[in-house]
Amino acid sequence: MSVELPMNPAESEDENDEKGLTRGSFVKVAIGGMCVGYAGIIGYPIYRYLNSPVEKSAAMAAVSEVALKDADKLPLGTAMMFRFGPHPSMLIHHKDGSWVALDAVCTHLACTVQYHPEEDAIVCACHGGRYDSKTGENVSGPPPKPLTKFVAKVSPGSVVVTRA
Amino acid sequence: MVGNLKPGSKLYEWFNDRLGLDELVAFAQHKTVPVHKHSAWYYWGGISLFCFLVQLFTGVLLLIYYRPGPDAHESVRQITYDIHFGWLIRSVHNWSANGFLLSVFVHMFSVYFMKSYQKPREFGWWSGMALLMLGLLFGFSGYLLPMDDLAFFATKVGLEIPNSVPVVGPTIASLFRGGSEVGEQTVQRFFALHAVVLPLLYLPLLFVHLWLVQKHGMSLPPSEQEKPVAKLKTIPFFPNFLLKDLAMWLIAMNVIALMASLFPWQMGKAADPLAPAPPGIHPEWYFMSPFQLLKIMGNLMPGALGEGVGMGVFTLGLALWCLIPLYDTKSAGGKRARNATYFGLLALGLYIGTTIWGYVGL
Repeated sequence: MSVELPMNPAESEDENDEKGLTRGSFVKVAIGGMCVGYAGIIGYPIYRYLNSPVEKSAAMAAVSEVALKDADKLPLGTAMMFRFGPHPSMLIHHKDGSWVALDAVCTHLACTVQYHPEEDAIVCACHGGRYDSKTGENVSGPPPKPLTKFVAKVSPGSVVVTRA
Repeated sequence: MVGNLKPGSKLYEWFNDRLGLDELVAFAQHKTVPVHKHSAWYYWGGISLFCFLVQLFTGVLLLIYYRPGPDAHESVRQITYDIHFGWLIRSVHNWSANGFLLSVFVHMFSVYFMKSYQKPREFGWWSGMALLMLGLLFGFSGYLLPMDDLAFFATKVGLEIPNSVPVVGPTIASLFRGGSEVGEQTVQRFFALHAVVLPLLYLPLLFVHLWLVQKHGMSLPPSEQEKPVAKLKTIPFFPNFLLKDLAMWLIAMNVIALMASLFPWQMGKAADPLAPAPPGIHPEWYFMSPFQLLKIMGNLMPGALGEGVGMGVFTLGLALWCLIPLYDTKSAGGKRARNATYFGLLALGLYIGTTIWGYVGL
């Protein structure tokens, strides 16, 4: 069997103008289509393979509630870190007895923030961003947005954090 | 876009001035491929090259999730059952490994029987033999990595081969093992061997091999050499033969994809050093022949003698096989040439015969 290759592309283009679809242009389109098909058939499984942990973490991030066992024993004026799905988050037991749960990822460049009890402020060590420890409001420094606030429900033996 | 890269275009000249495209094109066009009734054998080197490229590619993908050491079995289980399409990537890696060794064997025997190892292609033959040895080591070292029961025993048995070498053997086997037993340390070492050391050795050797093919061009089998020059037909390698090569690659890819999806590679229980060897245990097909040879010799001559003689016969045969370009020099129809052909038929017959015998005796 022999494969004929279009030896002179200019010629086949001329034919195109005259008769519309020629054998040469049909073969070109067919081969192009086949290549795209193969690229898809090979590319899709590879994309899903590489994306697997991303999908897993997205599924984890979809949780709407997390129960923190024994968190109700957190001393006044201190904070603890916990994971809300894959996200580092923060539970603060204020000196006035109120409870605040916040996303602990700085809205500036994604460093993890820290609670400073002596100043009663949330501070990001990376670029000096500061947040209000009650509301999560960005007070000073580069952060463009407030920290996401969650709802914290305290019951004996646990604190349940849910999305607002 | 590609159309703008035609010779004479501004874009082509821009690249040409800097990269010397003209020289590359001239280098590629210098080669022609003979057309005759044995031409089909010219594809097998290319098919093994394709399988090797698939191995590189899927190997890197597996590397993303594989964890050598104590976690090895669990990480392969995750790849096979938890990660999307992980079973497919792993199956393709396994099937393509088999396709690689199969096409390498076909390539080697076709080169042998077409006498393509003769002057000036001796180093093509020797680099090919070295690539085959490395290919078998790839297979052996990769087989342990899932650390299931079959892999565990295959490696234990396989390491008895260096172990049986006098004086230095046990030291070499222990260095491979990283201890006195196959375990976490062995997986870690085999992984380093499989994914780093062997590719580093293989790739430069592969370039030498391919460069030699390009330098000397395709060899003609003796039956064609006898014909008058006017009767010989050839086609240019670039692009004519390359396109046919690519068509073969497409077929190879489809076969691998089909095998991998219809017969996904299975995985056994985690290796347990205290569990007995599973019944009917045997090596992969490419190691079946030496495995069976050792079995036969062991039955004929019980004890260490059988193993020694078996290993000795095998090593001698391999040495003769490698040295064939020195023995069978230019004497197309002569006695030496015929002897070399008989030796090739004997080797091929023994290899296939003992392999079948091995499978029948399971």
